[in-house]
Amino acid sequence: MIVVLPETTPEPDLESILAEYPLARRESLIPLLQEVQEHHGYLSRPAIVRIGQHLDLPTSKIYGVATFYNQFRFQPQGRYHVQVCRGTACHVKGSAAVFEAIKRELKIDAGQTSRDRMFSLEVVACIGACGLAPVICINDVFHASVTPQSVIKILDSYRKKAAKHDDQAA
Amino acid sequence: MVTIEINGRPFEAEPGEMLLQTLRRAGVQVPTLCHLEGLLPSGACRMCVVEIEGQRGLIPSCAYPVTQPTKVRTHSARAVLARRTIVELLVANHPDDCLYCTRNQDCQLQDLVQQLGVRQRRYAGEKSRHIMDMSSPSIVREPSKCVLCGKCVRVCEEVQGVGCIDFIGRGSRSKIGTAFDDGLNVSGCINCGQCVVVCPTGALAERSHIPEVLAALRDPRKRVVVQHAPAVSVTVGEAFGLPVGADVAGAMTGALRRLGFDRVFDTSFTADLTIMEEASELVHRLQNGGRLPMLTSCSPGWIKFVETSYPESIGNLSTCKSPQQMMGAVIKSYFANREQIDPHDIYSVSIMPCTAKKFEAARPEMMRHGVADIDAVLTTRELVQLLHMHGLDLAEVPAENADTPFGERTTAGKLFGASGGVMEAAIRTAHWMVTGRELEAFTVDAVRGMDGVKQASVNVDGLTLNVAVVSGLGNACRLLDQIRDGRSDLHFIEVMTCPGGCVAGGGQPFGADVDAVRRRMQGLYELDRQESVRTSHNNASVKRLYDEFLGQPLSHTSHELLHTHYVPRDALA
Repeated sequence: MIVVLPETTPEPDLESILAEYPLARRESLIPLLQEVQEHHGYLSRPAIVRIGQHLDLPTSKIYGVATFYNQFRFQPQGRYHVQVCRGTACHVKGSAAVFEAIKRELKIDAGQTSRDRMFSLEVVACIGACGLAPVICINDVFHASVTPQSVIKILDSYRKKAAKHDDQAA
Repeated sequence: MVTIEINGRPFEAEPGEMLLQTLRRAGVQVPTLCHLEGLLPSGACRMCVVEIEGQRGLIPSCAYPVTQPTKVRTHSARAVLARRTIVELLVANHPDDCLYCTRNQDCQLQDLVQQLGVRQRRYAGEKSRHIMDMSSPSIVREPSKCVLCGKCVRVCEEVQGVGCIDFIGRGSRSKIGTAFDDGLNVSGCINCGQCVVVCPTGALAERSHIPEVLAALRDPRKRVVVQHAPAVSVTVGEAFGLPVGADVAGAMTGALRRLGFDRVFDTSFTADLTIMEEASELVHRLQNGGRLPMLTSCSPGWIKFVETSYPESIGNLSTCKSPQQMMGAVIKSYFANREQIDPHDIYSVSIMPCTAKKFEAARPEMMRHGVADIDAVLTTRELVQLLHMHGLDLAEVPAENADTPFGERTTAGKLFGASGGVMEAAIRTAHWMVTGRELEAFTVDAVRGMDGVKQASVNVDGLTLNVAVVSGLGNACRLLDQIRDGRSDLHFIEVMTCPGGCVAGGGQPFGADVDAVRRRMQGLYELDRQESVRTSHNNASVKRLYDEFLGQPLSHTSHELLHTHYVPRDALA
């Protein structure tokens, strides 16, 4: 399933990032992609096009390199960024079923962001918390020993948290 | 020289050359899928692996430079088994629809399955499933048939300087695609079709116009006319066992009539017409301080490339339409009028060595009063298919002459099929236009042959005309960059999108066989050597067209029908 998000304009700070790499050529591509993603949370289409122009490389090449690496995202992060650990320990403890449950619940795949921009999903190889397996991490908060049932409740709690926060703000 | 032993026999190798090259010179056939003549090896497919004494693993011969005496075994049991296993793995996820595939019986993957005796499905993989890309007017991509050899990617970037496709993703999910995996039509693709020619499988093909042409031929209300480009007649015979480079224009004309075309015209006629207009435009620019260097405009891939990547050079492009479009325009004006046919009732087909011509014919500038000048474009390959479909063998069909009023051509127009031909024809006519005299020697050897960049200086009544001829857009990029950086000695530049010109076009037979390209080129030179009318301005039918209809080159009518304009394009290069 492909979630199509609205086209965005280039982020204002993109030029200032590129300015740090004035004479950059192809060898700077990955550091540049990483820095842009760090600032924007993902690689937008305009950013990819602009990076290609800056490095004098075809856009297809930038996209090709970026899609090769799991670390790059092409959709903005959601309000809550969900990382699912698929390391060995978590796998043994059933993280595949947890991952499937999350995908079903959010109706998105890894690398995507839900249509309401509430959640984005990422698969990580090992999160370094094998003792808590299977583990997921939402906005840097770890949730230990999750099950396909418990993750639904956890996601729900974040939805409620967001609603409550928005009410207070209003 | 280094003496190496190939399968027990000594052979002299050039030190430093890749082993695959040595093997080919020795007449030893090692299969390849990813190898591209003239480019650096990629070593991706591993089909060319051989055993080399003292080396533990199998060695890809395409990427192994010969440096010292060694013993090579190309078809040891181990090497052959490795190749067969690779092919078995490649077909494991390949769609099994060979019978319905455009490349059936002309497919390198199928050939390898056959040669290596794969008779069982040892690996039952999940079938590759990708969305077909039918967005382009010229090229259809079917990534599920792709074996990821990467030749299309390398030709597009390294030869053509376009780079609109690349590998996307990785591992079992890898595929070839454009930036953001969008349609080819919104990418920087220039429709040249060089990717199609090098593709070993059915993953890339032209967008076929055969169904439309068949429908028109069966429609009693349509007057179906056809034109064929200069490069086609020296190519199409190959498919019928005739010598490579032999000119079969006569038999092809006869066959086209048997297919049901009402009129058979020769695009070389409008190549002559193009020269009248283009040489006049050049002389006009030279004498009136116009923008120089003037760039030729016959090659539609090149035109889109300038519009996309070098929009600042649009003013340098000749405003002349290509011969295909000039023919289209005079068919639906002068010819329609002469024959008292409503242009709406004419169905105009062209046979081109080119996929970009399909795009060109669909450009909105190429329509007048809502009627397209060209209705369908068939590649050389599609022509072969059409002939086979109707049981026509060019070796059997008697030669016939093309139709008036657009059937007469000179050898100058015919030379358009080879890189340098437009230049040579233009020089002949420009010299005559400026001096009123013919050149003493018509042949300009410096602009002939397969070199990607050729230059010449021609003396026209004391004025030195500096010209350059480039083919392959990578070469064109480098020249345009020089001009952007201040190079100013050139007056006129011929650019052909495909390396070697139209004889190596994207609509020509699969395989990018450089030797065949050279022989097709020789076929055109041979016509120029044998025939007596060698200058476009001496084409009697062209003169008549000017007398009866156009007036003179660059006239108002000429401008309306034979010239065009270009638009900067925003595309993701």
